[in-house]
Amino acid sequence: MKDLFRGELVRLTSEEPDFRAKIEVNWQRDSEFHRLADGDPAALNSAKKIKEWIEKNVERDFNPSRYFFSIRALDDDKLIGFLGLWLELVHSEVWVGIGIGERDYWGKGYGTDAMKLCLQYSFMELGAQRVSLGLFEYNARALKSYEKAGFKLEGRMRKEMMREGKRTDTLWMGVLRDEWLQMQNGAKP
Amino acid sequence: MFDIATQLFESPDIRFGPIDYEKDPEIESKWTHNAEFMRLYEFEPARPMSAAIVKKQYEKLEKKIEEDKNLYHFMIRATADDRLIGKAMIQRIDWANGNCSLRVGIGSTDDQRKGHGTQALKMLLRFTFAELNLFRVTANVAEYNEGAIALVKKLGFTEEVRRRQSLEREARRWDLLVFGLLKDEWLKQVQA
Repeated sequence: MKDLFRGELVRLTSEEPDFRAKIEVNWQRDSEFHRLADGDPAALNSAKKIKEWIEKNVERDFNPSRYFFSIRALDDDKLIGFLGLWLELVHSEVWVGIGIGERDYWGKGYGTDAMKLCLQYSFMELGAQRVSLGLFEYNARALKSYEKAGFKLEGRMRKEMMREGKRTDTLWMGVLRDEWLQMQNGAKP
Repeated sequence: MFDIATQLFESPDIRFGPIDYEKDPEIESKWTHNAEFMRLYEFEPARPMSAAIVKKQYEKLEKKIEEDKNLYHFMIRATADDRLIGKAMIQRIDWANGNCSLRVGIGSTDDQRKGHGTQALKMLLRFTFAELNLFRVTANVAEYNEGAIALVKKLGFTEEVRRRQSLEREARRWDLLVFGLLKDEWLKQVQA
Protein backbone atom coordinates (compact mmCIF):
# COMPACT_ATOMS: atom_id res chain seq x y z
CA MET A 1 0.00 0.00 0.00
CA LYS A 2 1.08 3.54 -0.73
CA ASP A 3 1.97 5.94 2.07
CA LEU A 4 -1.23 7.93 2.63
CA PHE A 5 0.59 10.95 4.02
CA ARG A 6 3.60 11.24 1.70
CA GLY A 7 3.54 12.40 -1.92
CA GLU A 8 6.32 13.34 -4.34
CA LEU A 9 6.73 16.94 -3.16
CA VAL A 10 4.79 17.23 0.10
CA ARG A 11 3.66 15.35 3.18
CA LEU A 12 0.56 15.74 5.35
CA THR A 13 1.05 16.41 9.06
CA SER A 14 -0.68 17.54 12.22
CA GLU A 15 1.13 20.54 13.71
CA GLU A 16 1.20 21.99 17.21
CA PRO A 17 -1.21 24.95 17.69
CA ASP A 18 1.40 27.55 18.70
CA PHE A 19 3.64 26.71 15.74
CA ARG A 20 0.72 26.84 13.28
CA ALA A 21 -0.47 30.14 14.74
CA LYS A 22 2.95 31.78 14.26
CA ILE A 23 2.94 30.78 10.58
CA GLU A 24 -0.73 31.55 9.88
CA VAL A 25 -0.47 35.07 11.27
CA ASN A 26 1.92 35.74 8.35
CA TRP A 27 -0.38 34.12 5.78
CA GLN A 28 -3.23 36.40 6.92
CA ARG A 29 -1.17 39.47 6.04
CA ASP A 30 -1.13 38.32 2.40
CA SER A 31 -4.54 39.55 1.21
CA GLU A 32 -4.05 38.03 -2.24
CA PHE A 33 -3.66 34.60 -0.66
CA HIS A 34 -6.77 35.18 1.43
CA ARG A 35 -8.86 36.26 -1.55
CA LEU A 36 -7.79 33.22 -3.55
CA ALA A 37 -8.56 30.80 -0.72
CA ASP A 38 -11.57 32.24 1.12
CA GLY A 39 -14.85 34.06 0.44
CA ASP A 40 -15.07 35.93 3.73
CA PRO A 41 -13.64 39.44 4.00
CA ALA A 42 -9.92 39.44 4.78
CA ALA A 43 -9.07 40.06 8.45
CA LEU A 44 -5.96 40.31 10.61
CA ASN A 45 -5.82 38.44 13.91
CA SER A 46 -3.16 38.09 16.58
CA ALA A 47 -1.13 34.88 16.88
CA LYS A 48 -2.77 34.48 20.31
CA LYS A 49 -6.29 34.61 18.83
CA ILE A 50 -5.38 32.22 15.99
CA LYS A 51 -3.91 29.77 18.51
CA GLU A 52 -7.14 29.89 20.52
CA TRP A 53 -9.17 29.12 17.39
CA ILE A 54 -6.91 26.25 16.47
CA GLU A 55 -7.24 24.79 19.97
CA LYS A 56 -11.01 25.22 19.89
CA ASN A 57 -11.21 23.58 16.46
CA VAL A 58 -9.08 20.67 17.62
CA GLU A 59 -11.73 19.97 20.25
CA ARG A 60 -14.70 20.61 18.02
CA ASP A 61 -13.44 19.08 14.80
CA PHE A 62 -11.69 15.93 15.91
CA ASN A 63 -14.57 13.71 14.81
CA PRO A 64 -15.42 11.24 12.03
CA SER A 65 -16.66 13.89 9.60
CA ARG A 66 -13.78 16.35 9.82
CA TYR A 67 -10.12 15.90 8.81
CA PHE A 68 -7.49 18.61 8.94
CA PHE A 69 -3.88 18.44 7.79
CA SER A 70 -0.95 20.78 7.48
CA ILE A 71 1.17 20.54 4.34
CA ARG A 72 4.96 20.40 4.53
CA ALA A 73 7.36 20.51 1.57
CA LEU A 74 9.54 17.40 1.42
CA ASP A 75 12.71 19.17 0.22
CA ASP A 76 13.10 21.67 3.11
CA ASP A 77 10.38 20.40 5.52
CA LYS A 78 8.79 23.88 5.58
CA LEU A 79 5.16 24.24 6.63
CA ILE A 80 3.59 25.69 3.46
CA GLY A 81 -0.18 25.18 3.62
CA PHE A 82 -3.28 23.45 4.90
CA LEU A 83 -5.79 20.86 3.72
CA GLY A 84 -9.24 20.50 5.32
CA LEU A 85 -11.75 17.76 4.50
CA TRP A 86 -15.42 17.56 5.45
CA LEU A 87 -16.97 14.12 5.00
CA GLU A 88 -20.74 14.01 4.45
CA LEU A 89 -21.18 10.66 6.13
CA VAL A 90 -24.60 9.72 4.76
CA HIS A 91 -23.86 10.60 1.14
CA SER A 92 -20.16 9.63 1.17
CA GLU A 93 -19.10 12.95 -0.27
CA VAL A 94 -15.94 14.82 0.72
CA TRP A 95 -15.64 18.62 0.49
CA VAL A 96 -12.13 20.03 0.25
CA GLY A 97 -10.53 23.29 1.31
CA ILE A 98 -6.86 23.73 0.42
CA GLY A 99 -4.42 26.62 0.58
CA ILE A 100 -0.70 27.13 0.05
CA GLY A 101 0.07 30.11 2.26
CA GLU A 102 3.76 30.37 1.32
CA ARG A 103 3.85 32.27 -1.97
CA ASP A 104 7.28 30.97 -2.94
CA TYR A 105 5.68 27.55 -3.33
CA TRP A 106 2.95 28.68 -5.76
CA GLY A 107 2.93 27.34 -9.31
CA LYS A 108 5.51 24.62 -8.63
CA GLY A 109 3.30 21.57 -8.16
CA TYR A 110 3.17 21.50 -4.34
CA GLY A 111 -0.57 22.18 -4.20
CA THR A 112 -1.31 19.66 -6.94
CA ASP A 113 0.73 17.03 -5.11
CA ALA A 114 -1.18 17.76 -1.89
CA MET A 115 -4.47 17.48 -3.82
CA LYS A 116 -3.41 14.07 -5.14
CA LEU A 117 -2.85 12.98 -1.53
CA CYS A 118 -6.24 14.45 -0.66
CA LEU A 119 -7.97 12.32 -3.33
CA GLN A 120 -6.04 9.22 -2.34
CA TYR A 121 -7.02 9.75 1.30
CA SER A 122 -10.68 10.47 0.46
CA PHE A 123 -11.15 7.40 -1.73
CA MET A 124 -8.76 4.94 -0.07
CA GLU A 125 -9.33 5.82 3.59
CA LEU A 126 -12.61 7.73 3.95
CA GLY A 127 -14.63 5.61 1.50
CA ALA A 128 -15.78 8.65 -0.48
CA GLN A 129 -17.92 8.18 -3.59
CA ARG A 130 -17.18 11.71 -4.68
CA VAL A 131 -14.90 14.63 -3.82
CA SER A 132 -16.09 18.22 -4.33
CA LEU A 133 -14.72 21.74 -4.20
CA GLY A 134 -15.44 25.30 -5.22
CA LEU A 135 -13.12 28.10 -6.38
CA PHE A 136 -13.28 31.68 -7.65
CA GLU A 137 -13.15 32.34 -11.38
CA TYR A 138 -10.13 34.64 -11.01
CA ASN A 139 -8.07 31.78 -9.54
CA ALA A 140 -6.77 30.32 -12.82
CA ARG A 141 -3.81 28.62 -11.13
CA ALA A 142 -6.13 26.62 -8.87
CA LEU A 143 -8.39 25.59 -11.77
CA LYS A 144 -5.40 24.19 -13.67
CA SER A 145 -4.11 22.40 -10.59
CA TYR A 146 -7.47 20.80 -9.76
CA GLU A 147 -7.92 19.63 -13.36
CA LYS A 148 -4.46 18.09 -13.24
CA ALA A 149 -5.38 16.23 -10.05
CA GLY A 150 -8.51 14.83 -11.75
CA PHE A 151 -11.39 17.21 -10.99
CA LYS A 152 -13.99 18.01 -13.65
CA LEU A 153 -15.74 21.37 -13.91
CA GLU A 154 -19.46 20.85 -13.24
CA GLY A 155 -20.74 24.39 -13.56
CA ARG A 156 -20.50 27.94 -12.35
CA MET A 157 -22.69 29.96 -10.02
CA ARG A 158 -23.07 33.31 -11.74
CA LYS A 159 -21.84 36.43 -9.96
CA GLU A 160 -21.91 34.78 -6.55
CA MET A 161 -19.10 36.87 -5.06
CA MET A 162 -18.37 40.58 -4.86
CA ARG A 163 -14.64 41.20 -5.08
CA GLU A 164 -12.81 44.48 -5.68
CA GLY A 165 -16.12 46.09 -6.69
CA LYS A 166 -16.93 43.45 -9.30
CA ARG A 167 -19.32 40.51 -9.30
CA THR A 168 -17.46 37.27 -9.91
CA ASP A 169 -18.52 33.66 -10.57
CA THR A 170 -17.71 30.66 -8.41
CA LEU A 171 -16.72 27.44 -10.18
CA TRP A 172 -17.70 24.00 -8.88
CA MET A 173 -15.78 20.81 -9.52
CA GLY A 174 -16.04 17.16 -8.64
CA VAL A 175 -14.32 13.84 -9.14
CA LEU A 176 -16.06 10.48 -8.85
CA ARG A 177 -14.58 7.37 -7.32
CA ASP A 178 -14.67 5.46 -10.64
CA GLU A 179 -12.97 8.30 -12.48
CA TRP A 180 -10.22 8.45 -9.89
CA LEU A 181 -9.72 4.67 -9.94
CA GLN A 182 -9.38 4.74 -13.72
CA MET A 183 -6.75 7.47 -13.40
CA GLN A 184 -4.78 5.25 -11.04
CA ASN A 185 -4.72 2.68 -13.84
CA GLY A 186 -3.20 5.19 -16.22
CA ALA A 187 -6.22 7.01 -17.67
CA LYS A 188 -5.68 10.73 -18.29
CA PRO A 189 -7.85 13.13 -16.24
CA MET B 1 -44.97 46.42 -8.89
CA PHE B 2 -44.56 46.57 -5.12
CA ASP B 3 -44.29 49.60 -2.91
CA ILE B 4 -43.69 50.25 0.80
CA ALA B 5 -47.36 49.62 1.56
CA THR B 6 -47.41 46.23 -0.17
CA GLN B 7 -47.30 43.67 2.63
CA LEU B 8 -44.16 41.51 2.63
CA PHE B 9 -45.80 38.58 4.36
CA GLU B 10 -49.21 38.40 2.62
CA SER B 11 -50.17 36.60 -0.61
CA PRO B 12 -53.66 35.88 -1.96
CA ASP B 13 -53.92 32.37 -0.47
CA ILE B 14 -51.05 32.16 2.01
CA ARG B 15 -49.16 34.26 4.51
CA PHE B 16 -45.85 34.04 6.36
CA GLY B 17 -46.01 33.98 10.15
CA PRO B 18 -43.83 33.20 13.15
CA ILE B 19 -43.63 29.82 14.87
CA ASP B 20 -46.60 28.97 17.10
CA TYR B 21 -45.10 26.81 19.86
CA GLU B 22 -48.58 25.68 20.98
CA LYS B 23 -50.00 24.40 17.71
CA ASP B 24 -47.20 23.90 15.17
CA PRO B 25 -45.13 21.07 16.71
CA GLU B 26 -47.98 18.56 16.43
CA ILE B 27 -48.65 19.40 12.78
CA GLU B 28 -45.01 19.33 11.76
CA SER B 29 -44.55 16.06 13.64
CA LYS B 30 -47.16 14.56 11.30
CA TRP B 31 -45.24 15.77 8.23
CA THR B 32 -42.05 14.12 9.48
CA HIS B 33 -43.84 10.76 9.51
CA ASN B 34 -44.24 11.11 5.74
CA ALA B 35 -40.90 9.84 4.41
CA GLU B 36 -41.61 11.11 0.91
CA PHE B 37 -41.97 14.71 2.12
CA MET B 38 -38.83 14.43 4.23
CA ARG B 39 -36.79 13.11 1.32
CA LEU B 40 -37.87 16.04 -0.83
CA TYR B 41 -37.29 18.66 1.88
CA GLU B 42 -34.07 17.35 3.46
CA PHE B 43 -30.77 15.88 2.34
CA GLU B 44 -30.33 14.52 5.85
CA PRO B 45 -31.77 11.04 6.49
CA ALA B 46 -35.55 11.11 6.89
CA ARG B 47 -36.74 10.26 10.39
CA PRO B 48 -40.01 10.72 12.23
CA MET B 49 -39.97 13.35 14.97
CA SER B 50 -42.34 13.65 17.91
CA ALA B 51 -43.92 17.02 18.70
CA ALA B 52 -41.44 17.29 21.60
CA ILE B 53 -38.48 16.86 19.22
CA VAL B 54 -39.97 19.33 16.71
CA LYS B 55 -40.37 21.88 19.51
CA LYS B 56 -36.71 21.43 20.47
CA GLN B 57 -35.77 21.94 16.81
CA TYR B 58 -37.70 25.23 16.76
CA GLU B 59 -35.83 26.39 19.87
CA LYS B 60 -32.50 25.44 18.30
CA LEU B 61 -33.46 27.24 15.10
CA GLU B 62 -34.49 30.47 16.85
CA LYS B 63 -31.25 30.40 18.87
CA LYS B 64 -29.24 29.93 15.68
CA ILE B 65 -31.10 32.81 13.99
CA GLU B 66 -30.25 35.07 16.92
CA GLU B 67 -26.59 34.03 17.12
CA ASP B 68 -25.58 33.55 13.49
CA LYS B 69 -27.61 36.42 11.95
CA ASN B 70 -27.53 34.74 8.55
CA LEU B 71 -30.86 32.95 8.53
CA TYR B 72 -34.58 33.84 8.19
CA HIS B 73 -37.37 31.38 8.81
CA PHE B 74 -41.11 31.68 8.11
CA MET B 75 -44.06 29.45 8.76
CA ILE B 76 -46.41 29.29 5.75
CA ARG B 77 -50.09 29.56 6.76
CA ALA B 78 -53.32 29.43 4.78
CA THR B 79 -54.81 32.93 4.75
CA ALA B 80 -58.34 31.54 5.07
CA ASP B 81 -57.95 29.79 8.45
CA ASP B 82 -54.32 30.51 9.52
CA ARG B 83 -53.62 26.76 9.36
CA LEU B 84 -49.92 25.76 9.14
CA ILE B 85 -49.21 24.35 5.66
CA GLY B 86 -45.44 24.67 5.18
CA LYS B 87 -42.10 26.28 5.90
CA ALA B 88 -39.85 28.72 4.06
CA MET B 89 -36.27 29.59 4.80
CA ILE B 90 -33.47 31.89 3.65
CA GLN B 91 -30.21 30.39 4.81
CA ARG B 92 -26.44 30.75 4.56
CA ILE B 93 -26.72 34.48 3.94
CA ASP B 94 -23.32 35.88 2.97
CA TRP B 95 -23.76 39.59 3.64
CA ALA B 96 -20.39 40.69 2.27
CA ASN B 97 -21.04 39.00 -1.07
CA GLY B 98 -24.82 39.45 -1.21
CA ASN B 99 -25.86 35.81 -1.68
CA CYS B 100 -27.95 33.18 0.10
CA SER B 101 -29.87 29.97 -0.50
CA LEU B 102 -33.62 29.31 -0.26
CA ARG B 103 -35.89 26.45 0.80
CA VAL B 104 -39.65 26.04 0.61
CA GLY B 105 -41.71 23.03 1.67
CA ILE B 106 -45.46 22.38 1.69
CA GLY B 107 -46.03 19.75 4.38
CA SER B 108 -49.21 17.83 3.77
CA THR B 109 -50.25 16.16 0.52
CA ASP B 110 -53.68 17.87 0.67
CA ASP B 111 -52.06 21.29 0.41
CA GLN B 112 -49.67 20.44 -2.40
CA ARG B 113 -50.18 21.21 -6.10
CA LYS B 114 -52.37 24.23 -5.39
CA GLY B 115 -49.90 26.99 -6.15
CA HIS B 116 -49.05 27.60 -2.48
CA GLY B 117 -45.38 26.80 -3.04
CA THR B 118 -45.27 29.27 -5.96
CA GLN B 119 -46.79 32.05 -3.86
CA ALA B 120 -44.40 31.27 -0.99
CA LEU B 121 -41.33 31.32 -3.22
CA LYS B 122 -42.44 34.60 -4.81
CA MET B 123 -42.78 36.19 -1.36
CA LEU B 124 -39.42 34.77 -0.36
CA LEU B 125 -37.77 36.27 -3.47
CA ARG B 126 -39.24 39.69 -2.82
CA PHE B 127 -38.05 39.50 0.79
CA THR B 128 -34.56 38.49 -0.34
CA PHE B 129 -34.12 41.13 -3.04
CA ALA B 130 -36.27 44.02 -1.77
CA GLU B 131 -35.87 43.72 2.01
CA LEU B 132 -32.49 42.03 2.60
CA ASN B 133 -31.11 43.69 -0.57
CA LEU B 134 -29.14 40.61 -1.57
CA PHE B 135 -27.80 40.19 -5.11
CA ARG B 136 -28.47 36.53 -5.86
CA VAL B 137 -30.26 33.47 -4.53
CA THR B 138 -29.37 29.81 -4.89
CA ALA B 139 -31.62 26.75 -4.73
CA ASN B 140 -30.15 23.25 -4.36
CA VAL B 141 -32.48 20.55 -5.69
CA ALA B 142 -32.07 16.78 -5.95
CA GLU B 143 -32.57 15.51 -9.50
CA TYR B 144 -35.51 13.35 -8.36
CA ASN B 145 -37.42 16.37 -6.98
CA GLU B 146 -39.37 17.14 -10.16
CA GLY B 147 -41.85 19.46 -8.45
CA ALA B 148 -39.13 21.73 -7.11
CA ILE B 149 -37.29 21.77 -10.45
CA ALA B 150 -40.47 22.82 -12.26
CA LEU B 151 -41.15 25.50 -9.64
CA VAL B 152 -37.74 27.20 -9.74
CA LYS B 153 -37.68 27.06 -13.55
CA LYS B 154 -41.12 28.68 -13.65
CA LEU B 155 -39.81 31.54 -11.52
CA GLY B 156 -36.88 32.17 -13.86
CA PHE B 157 -34.01 30.36 -12.11
CA THR B 158 -31.13 29.13 -14.30
CA GLU B 159 -29.58 25.70 -13.84
CA GLU B 160 -25.92 26.50 -13.18
CA VAL B 161 -24.23 23.43 -11.73
CA ARG B 162 -24.91 19.71 -11.92
CA ARG B 163 -23.04 18.09 -9.06
CA ARG B 164 -22.82 14.56 -10.38
CA GLN B 165 -23.78 11.73 -8.04
CA SER B 166 -23.72 13.86 -4.89
CA LEU B 167 -26.55 12.11 -3.08
CA GLU B 168 -27.09 8.53 -2.03
CA ARG B 169 -30.71 7.37 -1.74
CA GLU B 170 -32.57 4.16 -2.59
CA ALA B 171 -29.19 2.43 -2.92
CA ARG B 172 -28.13 4.55 -5.86
CA ARG B 173 -26.42 7.86 -6.56
CA TRP B 174 -28.29 10.99 -7.70
CA ASP B 175 -27.14 14.33 -9.11
CA LEU B 176 -27.71 17.54 -7.22
CA LEU B 177 -28.77 20.55 -9.29
CA VAL B 178 -27.82 24.08 -8.34
CA PHE B 179 -30.13 26.86 -9.59
CA GLY B 180 -29.46 30.59 -9.38
CA LEU B 181 -31.50 33.77 -9.82
CA LEU B 182 -30.01 37.29 -9.91
CA LYS B 183 -31.62 40.48 -8.67
CA ASP B 184 -31.90 42.11 -12.10
CA GLU B 185 -33.52 38.96 -13.51
CA TRP B 186 -36.08 39.06 -10.70
CA LEU B 187 -36.71 42.80 -11.18
CA LYS B 188 -37.43 42.31 -14.88
CA GLN B 189 -40.01 39.65 -14.01
CA VAL B 190 -41.91 41.67 -11.43
CA GLN B 191 -41.79 44.83 -13.52
CA ALA B 192 -43.14 43.04 -16.59
